[in-house]
Amino acid sequence: MLELQHIHTQYGNIQALQDVTLNIEAGEIITLIGANGAGKSTTLMAISGIVPCRSGKILLKGEEIQGLAPDRIVAMGVCQVPEGRHIFADLSVQENLDLGSFLRTDKVGIKQDLEYVYSLFPILAERRHQPGGTLSGGEQQMLAMSRALMARPQLLLLDEPSMGLAPLMIKQIFEIIKAINKEHKTTIFLVEQNAHQALHIADRGYVIENGRIVLTDSADKLLTNPGVRKAYLGI
Amino acid sequence: MDYFIELFLSGLTRGSIYALIALGYTMVYGIIGLINFAHGEIYMIGAFTSFIVATVLSIYGFPLLAIVIVAGVAAAIWSSAYGYTVEKIAYKPLRRAPRLAPLISAIGMSIFLQNYVLLAQTSDFLPFPELIPEFAFMEPVAHIIGSSDLVILVATTVVMLALTLLIKFTKIGKAMRATAQDKTMALLVGINVDRVISATFIIGSALAAIGGLLIASHIGQINFAIGFLAGIKAFTAAVLGGIGSIPGAVLGSLILGLTESFATGYVSSDYEDVFAFSLLVLILIFKPSGLLGKAETKKV
Repeated sequence: MLELQHIHTQYGNIQALQDVTLNIEAGEIITLIGANGAGKSTTLMAISGIVPCRSGKILLKGEEIQGLAPDRIVAMGVCQVPEGRHIFADLSVQENLDLGSFLRTDKVGIKQDLEYVYSLFPILAERRHQPGGTLSGGEQQMLAMSRALMARPQLLLLDEPSMGLAPLMIKQIFEIIKAINKEHKTTIFLVEQNAHQALHIADRGYVIENGRIVLTDSADKLLTNPGVRKAYLGI
Repeated sequence: MDYFIELFLSGLTRGSIYALIALGYTMVYGIIGLINFAHGEIYMIGAFTSFIVATVLSIYGFPLLAIVIVAGVAAAIWSSAYGYTVEKIAYKPLRRAPRLAPLISAIGMSIFLQNYVLLAQTSDFLPFPELIPEFAFMEPVAHIIGSSDLVILVATTVVMLALTLLIKFTKIGKAMRATAQDKTMALLVGINVDRVISATFIIGSALAAIGGLLIASHIGQINFAIGFLAGIKAFTAAVLGGIGSIPGAVLGSLILGLTESFATGYVSSDYEDVFAFSLLVLILIFKPSGLLGKAETKKV
């Protein structure tokens, strides 16, 4: 589905990603774990076309997408829920969702998907006319994910969906991520600091340190890997 | 009392013209955080375009209403073309530059356009054809409000309602609001931000052109420099109301128009600008973000 080959990016003089290579198969949940500033968000922003790649290739279903404008990449079915959720605070819940389906023209499908996300998160339906900025953190995360689903993505990039949420809410969000993957066959690329939760729902994982991928394995094996346990699971 | 009402209405007229120009400043600022100093010149070009079209058409003896409509549409299109082009050549290449760079580029564009019209047209004041007749039904109140004031009030109200609907309900309107709030997220939902910026310049320029047509036929003469003071005043109004806020621009413009009108009527027309800018200073002292502007919170 998605392949990153030897990606390098740069912020000014600082090298952010160095030779990042990874691949994601259709239908998988893949997680990328790592410490703060290791390059997790940069990886997602490079895929979405926001951060330019200095070298390397990004292939989506075999087609090169590096250097394409962000809106072209969304049109090809890659959607991102960025870190911090980025809700349009002054726009209503409904308008936020409308913007999620910005590039779609199939009115019937949009309506169906709207009903689907409202059934997934009934609280959003209740607050549909409220400005997005007035929602709680958990509700904003639901809205951010719903907005991405409104694009009917084939590949969903999630950046720290559990950040700043109460434990119960975190559990719910991860269950929904799993459900989205199962029911819609949506491929998911999940970036998390909460490595424990992420590895529990993922098929495979990558570990990133200082902009380099240092380890990759199946999620089960990573969960029992002594190095990972020590560095990221706090055991 | 009649005098008060007369001043009030002429203040509203003045304010609504300022508003047509101020909207362009505030919309562009909302989207890309730039004070487009060339905007006053876009208004001036609108006035010149409608002058040329109206003069030609009146030579051929077209009915007034047709002249007004054709001149207005032509001015809106021509000014939009200028606004679009100015953004493409003077601001877009500087999108990632420090904020001062596009600002200087904007001032340069303003000076360039003024001198371009000076050379291409003339430095003289040109008599603008009277496009708005004295309506017969206005006769009983003609000592309080002129027919052209009425037309300006009605026209600007219609234009502003249309703009409100556009921004509230259309796809491009939603895209504009989204881009103004969070550019990165706008990109991530698939909005072509460059196109939104162009649309903003086009809409703002068309509004200014309509303002140019209305004020020129109201005052009766134009020249290449009219954009400067009108631009500064409209900019003042936009800051007064809170730059970046669309209702703020309209409110600021009406307050500015009324202040000037009352100052002229009760004190002296010499002090018109003194009052206008004193008001700006006062409001900025007590509410630096403007009347309806949001205080900028810096996250640490």
